[in-house]
Amino acid sequence: MSEEKKLIVNGKRLDGRALDELREMEARAGVIPRAEGSGYFRLGNTIAVAAVYGPRQLHPKHLTDPLRAYVRCRYNMAPFSTKDRVRPGPSRRSIEISKVIKEALQAVIFVDEFPKAGIEIFIEILQADASTRCVGLNAASIALADAGIPMRDLIASCSAGKVDGEIVLDIAGDEDCEGEVDLPIAYIPRENKIYLLQMDGLITKEELKKAIDMAIKGCKIIYEKQKEALKKKYEEFEVN
Amino acid sequence: MESKLLVEERKIVVPGETLAKGIDYLPGFGTYKENGEIRSKILGLVKLKDHIVSVVPLSGVYIPMKGDGVIGIVSDVQIASWIVDINSPYMGFLPLSEATNEFVDLTKFDITEYFDVGDVVYLKVNKVTKRKDVQLTVKDRMCRKLYGGNIIRITPAKVPRLIGRGGSMIEMIKKKTGCHIIVGQNGLVWIKGDKETLAAKAVLMVERESHTEGLTDRISEMLDREAKKEGGKDE
Repeated sequence: MSEEKKLIVNGKRLDGRALDELREMEARAGVIPRAEGSGYFRLGNTIAVAAVYGPRQLHPKHLTDPLRAYVRCRYNMAPFSTKDRVRPGPSRRSIEISKVIKEALQAVIFVDEFPKAGIEIFIEILQADASTRCVGLNAASIALADAGIPMRDLIASCSAGKVDGEIVLDIAGDEDCEGEVDLPIAYIPRENKIYLLQMDGLITKEELKKAIDMAIKGCKIIYEKQKEALKKKYEEFEVN
Repeated sequence: MESKLLVEERKIVVPGETLAKGIDYLPGFGTYKENGEIRSKILGLVKLKDHIVSVVPLSGVYIPMKGDGVIGIVSDVQIASWIVDINSPYMGFLPLSEATNEFVDLTKFDITEYFDVGDVVYLKVNKVTKRKDVQLTVKDRMCRKLYGGNIIRITPAKVPRLIGRGGSMIEMIKKKTGCHIIVGQNGLVWIKGDKETLAAKAVLMVERESHTEGLTDRISEMLDREAKKEGGKDE
């Protein structure tokens, strides 16, 4: 009989982080010159690149809305992003994630400024180690701002969860498959609003509240990182 | 409530950043107002003029505005109008009545005599509706068909820098290269002359380094240096 692996030992997690600690992260803007805007976001071992094209003429034409822009979002995992090869092409999972990300982004973009046009967002997951939708959304948010698209605020996203009966921030690695609950959220600090919330697993009401509060704290740290990345792209040129 | 400006001028701001509070400031381009706060909508540089806080964009596509001079490429000829690509999410519409004052008998006359598919035209934006139907005209100063030359594309947000204050930058490039240059607000630049390559190099340099200081001097220096090199080759 196999012994059950402990995910939390002495208040430290498998990768040595405290319960409310994010993985180390890196953010960059303007990584794809041909796109209108692009972003790169890395959280631990999860890497995402996002590119934004448009606003531009939308095809197919029947999707055009005479009053607002149509936002199209494609989330895709590279075949080499996980240990097992991911079958290329859209799957049930990637279509669902594309949809929730699109809805979160649509809520922050001023879509009524570009009637009839289409804004296309492409998110590629280069390496997956849990929380791919959060990292993808963070990269997309940087890319949209870099493309000069008007937004209410940058959208930041991270996950919380329950592992070994404890509420932890930023689920990673084995915690994802062996933990009890995974709860990704996307959050706008300026308005204190949540635009994406998904959950699997079983959790009590109090624990859920605690997890959301913790994820919001994580989002605020990520938000600062995104801001820094965008400003850095231009500051290296600026003299004054 | 006390009014307060929270950012300095010419600082880089990101979407959602609060620029000013209170009723003494008014929201300008690239900003929105909520809960008495003026916030940035876009990534750009803060500009303050007469208590109007606005954000100058650093990137983005061209959105047509009334009165803009643009360079368009005719993409379709219809019965009595043309559809013009103006490097924007929206196509431009040029009716025959805005192209000429003469009476044109459509049964006898082929309007491709005026403009045909692929022609490059400098136009003015006559009208933009709320749903972004763009009407163009050639009945304006400077508006004409452009023959020959080359077109280069720059980010529309950098056009004001390329023109410079009172046209100083573009006049300098024109003078030093001896080229005809027309800059469209939509980011298309038409260049014609013997030193087209040199002029294009200068234009692209402006685009790349648009937010740095003392750029006019550096461009001037670069043009002089290149001109000297060219002169040396001839001898």
